[in-house]
Amino acid sequence: MKCDGIPSGCAISGMISETGRRVDGRAVMKSIACMHDRSNGLGGGFAAYGIYPERKDQYAFHMMYDDFEAKEATEEFFKEAFNVDKDEPIPVHRENGIHNPPVLWRYFLEVPENKLRFISERDYVMKTVMELNSSSERAFVASSGKNMGAFKGVGYPEDIGKFYKLEDYRAYIWTSHGRFPTNTPGWWGGAHPFTLLDWSVVHNGEISSYGINRRYLEMFGYRLELRTDTEAIAYLFDLLMRRHRIPLEQAVMALASPFWKNIDRMEPEQRKIATAIRQVYGSALLNGPFSILIGHSRGIIGLNDRIKLRPMTAARKDDMLYMASEESAIRTIAPDPDKVWSPKAGTPIIGILDDGVE
Amino acid sequence: MAVQLPAEFIVNVDNERCRKCKRCIVSCGFSALEFRNKVTPIHRRCVACQRCAAFCPEDAITITENQMAYKYNYSWTPEIRKNILKQAASGGVLLGGMGNPKPYPIYWDHMLIDACQVTNPSIDPLREPMELRTYLGAKPDTLEFSGEYGNVKLETELAPQLKLDIPVVFAAMSYGAISLNAHKALAMAAKRMGTMMNTGEGGLHESLVSYKDNIIVQVASGRFGVTGEYLNNSAAVEIKIGQGAKPGIGGHLPGVKVGGDVSKTRMIPAGTDALSPAPHHDIYSIEDLSQLIFALKEATGYSKPVSVKIAAVHNIAAIASGVVRAGADIVTIDGFRGGTGAAPVVIRDHVGIPVELALAAVDDRLRQEGIRNRASLLIGGSIRQSADVVKAIALGADAVIIGTAALIAMGCRLCQKCYTGNCSWGIATQRPELVNRLDPHAGADMLSFLLNGWSNEIKEVLGSLGINAVESLRGSRERLRGIGLDEQALKILGIKHAGIGQ
Repeated sequence: MKCDGIPSGCAISGMISETGRRVDGRAVMKSIACMHDRSNGLGGGFAAYGIYPERKDQYAFHMMYDDFEAKEATEEFFKEAFNVDKDEPIPVHRENGIHNPPVLWRYFLEVPENKLRFISERDYVMKTVMELNSSSERAFVASSGKNMGAFKGVGYPEDIGKFYKLEDYRAYIWTSHGRFPTNTPGWWGGAHPFTLLDWSVVHNGEISSYGINRRYLEMFGYRLELRTDTEAIAYLFDLLMRRHRIPLEQAVMALASPFWKNIDRMEPEQRKIATAIRQVYGSALLNGPFSILIGHSRGIIGLNDRIKLRPMTAARKDDMLYMASEESAIRTIAPDPDKVWSPKAGTPIIGILDDGVE
Repeated sequence: MAVQLPAEFIVNVDNERCRKCKRCIVSCGFSALEFRNKVTPIHRRCVACQRCAAFCPEDAITITENQMAYKYNYSWTPEIRKNILKQAASGGVLLGGMGNPKPYPIYWDHMLIDACQVTNPSIDPLREPMELRTYLGAKPDTLEFSGEYGNVKLETELAPQLKLDIPVVFAAMSYGAISLNAHKALAMAAKRMGTMMNTGEGGLHESLVSYKDNIIVQVASGRFGVTGEYLNNSAAVEIKIGQGAKPGIGGHLPGVKVGGDVSKTRMIPAGTDALSPAPHHDIYSIEDLSQLIFALKEATGYSKPVSVKIAAVHNIAAIASGVVRAGADIVTIDGFRGGTGAAPVVIRDHVGIPVELALAAVDDRLRQEGIRNRASLLIGGSIRQSADVVKAIALGADAVIIGTAALIAMGCRLCQKCYTGNCSWGIATQRPELVNRLDPHAGADMLSFLLNGWSNEIKEVLGSLGINAVESLRGSRERLRGIGLDEQALKILGIKHAGIGQ
């Protein structure tokens, strides 16, 4: 099918089968490839959920190493910190114009019981990720969640997808990103998605409030080492939803807050909630242009900044929910959607796996 | 032997232009002009407050410095010699008004603000909403909710919050130090602009009670005018521990300024000196402060935030941390350039540290300890313009206080003679004929215009930063760069030098 993309900015595309149907990576690659002109070859990547069903209770660490020395050092660390059930190279084929890839390896890890005396399992894994990413320049955690993984690098997204052989993976949630970096360098670790535990974020835009978002997160033990603002989004979701247990609707309200003039017109209970969120979570407000897709173990969230300075279109077809920077990127894989719409600024689009889906 | 002090200023009257209307003579609060067939200056009395020059219908008066009064000497400056002469004559402590005028570094002027280009678009504040609303008060770490998706209820009860439409609050200036008309102007402007004025330590005049929703009442070591009613006629209560212009010492309002109304408001006999002790006599340690904080919360039914005002001194970060842990909802930090009605010059000019450094150190410390959300930071003591406000907020302040800037808006010419009670502009005086010169409505207009101007300017800067809410600027030091600062200063301020990217 012909693709009528408009050249501009980064590109994101994602999809979820709410019934938990696993689809392979060809569709998402085709969708993101449609927006080729929105990226410049300096970064592409994918997140996939449901790809390791036989090991769904283990933390799947996707690692990037500059060299085998860094790999050895990190593996020593893993042996100390985890039970390593299995490790293997991440399958790739070296074509499609991908240059100088790092050593790519994945590990399936369990947390030993004796590490959890003073800390919850997820906090422990989070701390480990922070430690790894801040202690070594040469080893980098690309993803660390269960039954999910991030596949990213420097190149056009469709080339990165082929490089990682995504046609061989089957997932019920896919997100993807084509990068056009301007303010931060293009490097393998810096490609999207950014992840922490089950959270993954692909992001078109720039967070102008990064400075305070970062300092706020640092108060809670997060270390932001990746020289990019998208990382902050992943950690904010982790902080608000996992650690602070803020419901999704309210967490989104903190990140893309309604304006005071609208809050002042809300019903009393809603106004109380919105006011309290802005008072308490003002430092978590993501200010600046963005459209983002957040993947997590149970679903996907699409979100625009509060004045919609970046594009986002959504569509539904049967059990599938699609979101992308451009409608063309959806229609190229779902030519006849049941419904297509452009979500409003600051209003989330939420796709959730049905309760029965494992 | 009497010590002869040379005149500081020379008043030049252009007799060609003067039409002998004598308005200048009436204008001068310091009796520095007399009429002897023509307007005749008494140079030695002139303080360069500029009232006569401003009101001369013929522009016939100019005031110049008496340059040759002291022969040039790099080491023995005119000021030093003047001070020696004054003390040789009196044996007393030298007094000064307003803030520290010495040429110490002004860090505001060594910080530059970022702006957006290309990828993160700037926002046009004339077309898009631009939010300055700020809430001061203790915030919990997190919020608790109950209920299901679509019908969520908030379980957390927030501590009382002070709502500001612009993150600029009028600093504490007492009735007594300044006139009732000046107090009225501040209260009216605070109400009109959705912000606060602060009574200072002199109590609240009964005519201002109707403005109580925009008033912070102060409890200082002298406890002047403090009653249960006073505490509750407020939006918030502030305990004054210290003041930037005179950290570690008390206050002294001369009896001559304590007339009928001031005496009534302060609850002290007319004509007596109002002496504020250096410490509060019930606060000799941090747990005593905590007791007073909670006594005030009890007295106000936990319905108002309690602020603690401290002066920026060397160990400010640890002190502020203690104050937050003692239960303060707001910590007000006053830098060494903060103004005053009267302070010993030796203290004013040599004690304390710049608020820029204090603010950065305190914000860092509170974040390291994970208690930054437990109190709001109000800072002041050199906020001169909207750019300073932006830089202060980017360094980590929730809002700023302005005293001197507010007085200048009402006419103050910074002659620094507030402690004499002769203010020709009707601000720092209780002489009825001088007080009457300040129309509270006109004063309120000027203050409101100033805040309105700053508000628009802050919105312009936020727009250029690509953000549309002030909370996205707060503590965002990444948007500041230092210029001409050494490593140590950059480190304390937590900012990079200009020329360094992300």
